[in-house]
Amino acid sequence: MRIRRRQFIQAGIAGAALLTLARWIDRPVSAAPAAYRFLDARGVKSVGALVPVVLAGALPADEEARRAAVADVVAAFDRAVAGLSIPVQQEMGELFSFLHTAPLRVAVAGLWSPLEESTPQQIGEFLLRWRDSPFALQRASYRALTQLIQAAWYGNSTSWAAIGYPGPPAVG
Amino acid sequence: MAVRDPIREGLAAGWKVTDAATLERDLELETDVVVIGSGAGGGVSAESLAAAGLDVVIVEEGPLASSTDFRMREREAYPQLYQESSARQTTDKSITILQGRCVGGGTTVNWTSSFRTPARTLAYWKETAGLKRTGAHDLDPWFARMEERLAIAPWAVAPNENNDVLRRGCAKLGYAHGAIARNVKGCANLGYCGMGCPINAKQSMLVTTIPAALSRGARLVHRARVTRLVIEGDRVVACEAAGVAGNGAKPTDTRIRIRARHYVLAAGGIGSPAILIRSDAPDPNGLTGRRTFLHPTVISAAVMPQRVDGHAGAPQSIYSDHFIENAPLDGRAGFKLESGPTHPVLTGITLPGFGEDHAGWMKKFPNVQVVIALLRDGFHRESRGGRVMLASDGTPMLDYSMPAYLWEGVRRAYLAMAEIQFAAGAQTVMPVHENAKGYANWKEARDGIDALPMRALAARIVSAHVMGGCAMGPEERTGVVDEDGRHYHLRNLSVHDGSVFPTSIAANPQLSIYALAARSSAALAKTLR
Repeated sequence: MRIRRRQFIQAGIAGAALLTLARWIDRPVSAAPAAYRFLDARGVKSVGALVPVVLAGALPADEEARRAAVADVVAAFDRAVAGLSIPVQQEMGELFSFLHTAPLRVAVAGLWSPLEESTPQQIGEFLLRWRDSPFALQRASYRALTQLIQAAWYGNSTSWAAIGYPGPPAVG
Repeated sequence: MAVRDPIREGLAAGWKVTDAATLERDLELETDVVVIGSGAGGGVSAESLAAAGLDVVIVEEGPLASSTDFRMREREAYPQLYQESSARQTTDKSITILQGRCVGGGTTVNWTSSFRTPARTLAYWKETAGLKRTGAHDLDPWFARMEERLAIAPWAVAPNENNDVLRRGCAKLGYAHGAIARNVKGCANLGYCGMGCPINAKQSMLVTTIPAALSRGARLVHRARVTRLVIEGDRVVACEAAGVAGNGAKPTDTRIRIRARHYVLAAGGIGSPAILIRSDAPDPNGLTGRRTFLHPTVISAAVMPQRVDGHAGAPQSIYSDHFIENAPLDGRAGFKLESGPTHPVLTGITLPGFGEDHAGWMKKFPNVQVVIALLRDGFHRESRGGRVMLASDGTPMLDYSMPAYLWEGVRRAYLAMAEIQFAAGAQTVMPVHENAKGYANWKEARDGIDALPMRALAARIVSAHVMGGCAMGPEERTGVVDEDGRHYHLRNLSVHDGSVFPTSIAANPQLSIYALAARSSAALAKTLR
């Protein structure tokens, strides 16, 4: 128990140092698209790559409807993060810095390519690695990414018919 | 027929309400009493103090939303009405905390379940925490008064199928169970209590005590976050607040300063200790923000052969205390069993996994049934609760780690819920845990649950009840406040909310908060008149 605790603390300190490095390397290379409050252009691409994996089997089959749904989910993801507390938004920012900084992404997420260039299988494996990680921070990041995408989709009325939810009842 | 909106009518009739987010210049107010927070504690206090003829200002961090705004859509309701868009979490992210952040606080968005404080909890407070006037039966007249005020009565309508599965499973296994009392009048059994009642049937603070206080001339400043209390010696001399912009994350530039004879903190189990810590309030015994309890809650999802439609109908109408009543306080962790509603977002983020597995469960959405187990924390020596601290920007954080004692309870709760769901005819049961899968029968579930790792961020844990942090105690060595909620070191400060509980309640806490706030407010009014 004691050893595990120490390893965890060491991982935490190493993690903090890496995050500082990531923030330094990850200078904004592109201005955020005007409509977004949290995500920058790279963040939009990263979330856009995660959505079809997290929502596989749930998105519309029709190609055009599917593209529109993914865009809706990315926009709702952005709105949701903008509604979190400032410290949590900063943590989410650090998470994306991590995913956007090549050496860290490889070391910590095991992804050789950026998310938008990874295959769905590689992204799925990355998510499972973080889900089952010995580090609580990675398990928490897995949960944050998947839940924000799931909330963004199932809050959207276009998702309701396929799951048999009739929508809210009429009142008054 | 259009639904009457008592808030919009009151505003039209001239209630004194200020939206601090849109203030163009700083605001200074003077009053007899400022009540910080408008939930169960603040609402009851505001009505009681205003009725005693005192001038009252209520300050609320969240917006004044009312039935016209309550459109039963999760993507609107969660960011609008909950702390941190309903994604508030403990510091390690392992427990999600559902807390109201709107006028009416948690009472605007809770599921209406109303229980008197269990006799065993009160007996423990008397015998172990040393309280003298808050033991079994001491609060009976206050429970009765608040039950009448808020139309609290056992729900006589048949439970929805989601709750009836819990009832049938318990009946089959011989577990004691009962109908939940609810604070409703003219309830249409819609099932959207968690998004604000669209027909004003729920007797929340929003439609009862707060309108009563405002009609007596009380003032309400909403979308205002109290930054600190200004303290001089043993007195509070002012309450400072800032406007809160749109989604609640950032303060605006306008400043509000309220001077009062007396200050009532009712910002809840996280908010009240956080204000005291930000204010450097005297705390010689290091008690403020300590022993914070959550009723850590775990979930079991089932697929039934029949439609359940757990989004429709009163969300909670059946409970079982079998695993509370039969668990001694110094023995293994007890847990209360209830149901939880299934709306698409809530269900989507509750079911673990992603991709095809997750989508497969969502396709069975109409047949999904949910049982929840609320663990009783704070009674056993190993269960010492969490601690409220401040982030670098002054916002509160709650550090809460689950002791082995509670993890053992989590495993037994998963087992108990699965057994009940199978007894009621479930086809598949899945504990809401990252490493669980759907189990096809009780034996498979038992083996699967026995093998699940019990650790943070594997089990999915939620809390809708934050309690403690400003505990009542018989003396300043053991309490932040006395049994009337009076702060031991600040003469004109009281705490009237769930943060005064010395332990968790071991039941949904709203009625416990109402009763204590009513008693404390009556005592306070006498000293101020």
